[in-house]
Parts: sequence; C-alpha cells; structure tokens
Amino acid sequence: MLQQPHYLKETPSQTAGPYVHIGLAPGAAGFEIFDQELGRDIAGPNAKGERIRVEGMVTDGTGSPVKDALLEIWQANADGIYAHPEHAGAVEDGFRGWGRVITDFGTGEWGFDSVKPGPVMGRNGNIMAPHINMWIVARGINTGLNTRIYFEDEDEANAADPVLGIIEWERRRQTLIAKPSIRNGQTIYRFDIRLQGQDETVFFDI
Amino acid sequence: MSTLPEQGEFYSRDRRWHPAAMSQDYKTSVTRAPQYPLISLENTASEITGPVFGHNDIAATDNDLLTNFAQPGESPIGERIILHGRVLDENARPVPNTLVEIWQANASGRYRHKKDTYLGALDPNFGGCGRTLTDEHGCYHFRTVKPGAYPWRNRVNDWRPAHIHVSVVGTGFAQRLITQLYFEGDPLIARCPIVNTIPDPAAVEMLIARLDMNATIPLDTMAYRFDIVLRGRRSTLFENRLEGN
Repeated sequence: MLQQPHYLKETPSQTAGPYVHIGLAPGAAGFEIFDQELGRDIAGPNAKGERIRVEGMVTDGTGSPVKDALLEIWQANADGIYAHPEHAGAVEDGFRGWGRVITDFGTGEWGFDSVKPGPVMGRNGNIMAPHINMWIVARGINTGLNTRIYFEDEDEANAADPVLGIIEWERRRQTLIAKPSIRNGQTIYRFDIRLQGQDETVFFDI
Repeated sequence: MSTLPEQGEFYSRDRRWHPAAMSQDYKTSVTRAPQYPLISLENTASEITGPVFGHNDIAATDNDLLTNFAQPGESPIGERIILHGRVLDENARPVPNTLVEIWQANASGRYRHKKDTYLGALDPNFGGCGRTLTDEHGCYHFRTVKPGAYPWRNRVNDWRPAHIHVSVVGTGFAQRLITQLYFEGDPLIARCPIVNTIPDPAAVEMLIARLDMNATIPLDTMAYRFDIVLRGRRSTLFENRLEGN
C-alpha cells in the first residue's frame, strides 16, 4: 500500500482592492482608530549607517500613476542583519526593518525614510549586494508582487550579486537599480515601478 | 538565537492555484498585470525572514470591531458575528504569533474610506478594521458585523459578494498573503469577477467562511469559521546551507 504525502493547499490570494488603507493604514483612509499604526518607522532612532530616503511612483500599462497602491518593505540593517530570530546577529534596539508605504492619492508618488542596508549573506556563501525587498498590492493586482531595490552606487557589489545575476537581460536588470541624488544634503534614491509596458519592473516568484 | 526547529526554504507557490495576474473580466487587472514571466528566485535570508510582532504593537481590543470605533454604550448596526479560525502552514502546522489584520464594509456595504462614495450610509459606530496576533495554536478571533454587498464599477451591474479582506504576515516575507473571505450560501460569489480570477473551484472553496453554530453565542452573536493556510517549509533532511560557511 502506498502512502500519499498529504499537504494542505495554500489559501489563494485575492486583490487588496482600493480600500486596503482601511485595514493596513487607516489614517490614510481618513480616520484614526489604533493607538499606533504599524510600519511607519522602519529603522528606528538607534540604527547605524547612512540615513537614506527612497522615492518613486508606480505606473500602470498606460503609463498612468497607480494612486491606490500599498508597498511593504523588508530590509536588513547596515550590518546586513535581519531583525528575525532565524538570522544570526543582533540589530539595534528599535530596528525592525519593515515598513508600509502608500502611494499619494493625488499624485501617485511614494517615499520612505530608512538606513541603507548592508550586504547580506546569500545562498552557498555568495554575498548579496545591499537591497531592500518590496511587496506591492493594489486594486487590480491579484497576487502581491515581489521585487527588490538595489542601489546604483553599489555597482561593484551589484555586478557580483547572485540575484541580479540570474536576470538574463541587462536592460531588465536596470529596473531594479535605484538612482541616487542629493537634496538638501540628504541622499534620495529614485525607484520607479512599472507594472507593465516599456521597461516593466522585474518581479520575482519567491 | 532561535529555538525554532531548523527549516529550509518555503515550498514553491502554486501559481496555477492563485489567480492569474490578468483577467479580462476584472478590468483593472488588465493594465496592472505584469506581462513578463516572474523571475523565479530560490529563497535566501531575505525571503525566509520577515517582521516579528508582539503584544506591545497592538491593543488587546483591536480585534473587536463591535467596540473599537463605537461611541461608549453604542454598537454598529448589522448582524453581529464572531469570525474565528486557525492559521496553519501547508504541513498543517499552526502558525503562532502572526499578525492577522482585517478590513471590511459596514452592514450597508459602505467603507469608511475617503475614496468610497457609495450611497450606502456610513455607520458612526463602525470603523471597519481590526487586527490580532494568533495564539500558540495558530488561533485567531474577531468580533464584527456581517458586511453588506455593494456595487462597483467594472461591468455596469457588478456587485461584490459580502466579503472581509484578510491580511496575514506569516513568519517570512515569502509567506505574505492578502485575500478575501466570503460567506457560505451567498449567490453573488459565483457571479463575482474577482472571485473568478481563481481558476480552480476547489481554491474558491477555501475562501468561503462556514457558519459555525458551535461557536455562536446564543441570543447574542453568530459565528463563522475561516481557516487560513500559508506556505509550508522544507525540513532540512539533507543540509542545503542557505548561508554557506
């Protein structure tokens, strides 16, 4: 008699819809209900490393801004450590490395403040270049989209990055590279996300 | 350091079980669906780890939508329900201490959101969102009102079945899931273009909360049960070192 392996099936995804803010960022929906909303402070006050801001816009296949998206970000600290019990090492007190960001209802622009993450040990001892993981949900997105933000000024590390390395097309790889500029003495990285069309952003099945 | 059993990558997501990115009948998806295939990525620390939450992050009453926005002594209008269930992984193991968040329309099908202009009335005693952490057995519960159906701009006469949006964070960033639950017996479920983005009827069944008479409070509150399954993880039977060394 054969024993069949028995696994449950994952609960299927459904779109977050246009009113995702009510659940995950109610202040943006227009009302205050919780003592604290989650994901507003990514790095905390004690985090070491370079303070950065990342900004961008999400656009659809017509090139129009997506004004009702919610982005979640997940990143390591400046030492390349994730605030998680399975990742060896300690992070600064107050560093969570996780945040929620919404696109502006009027303009579609988004932005968040954090610290630049350090390189993270990848599979088989291959070091991954500094990167921020991102998950994007919105009306019209049936299953959340995963991507990564890399930094243009880390070109040497990017060239050796094992994840960028599996993207066959140099032109597509460029969609994951945030471009720095300086504004009022602060480093701002620009990371536009194109859901579809010319220079569609690389999304990962993780 | 961790006391968790050593585990490896998450099982691959069955993309044919989930909705396709593009569905002609769900019109907004047509311009928001990526056209290129997803790039498949073997899990690294970036995908296996994820944010951890504790009881300092939320209030104990955040899971009670009957009271968390109501004026003292008042209640929202609508059928009072308990929504409860377990969060499990594909190995049928409970997922403890994970963040579950919900949001929904009120009993007239109206959302408390500055962008919702539906004729259905706002309820001054209903916010429409709640959050909780699963206990050590993966169990969660909320108290709320049953949401109403509402019309939406897709085809001219499309109505969403009554539904509650559910967000689960899980233990790793690769487990992140947002979905919607529906209510047993609702004839709008089969007509809904968003439900029908899911190709397999067996998958749709997983989104239908069941009336649970054993969990009702007699003369007070009805109950629905909704279990949630997140991706499972491989056991490291043979060493497949994620971090080298």
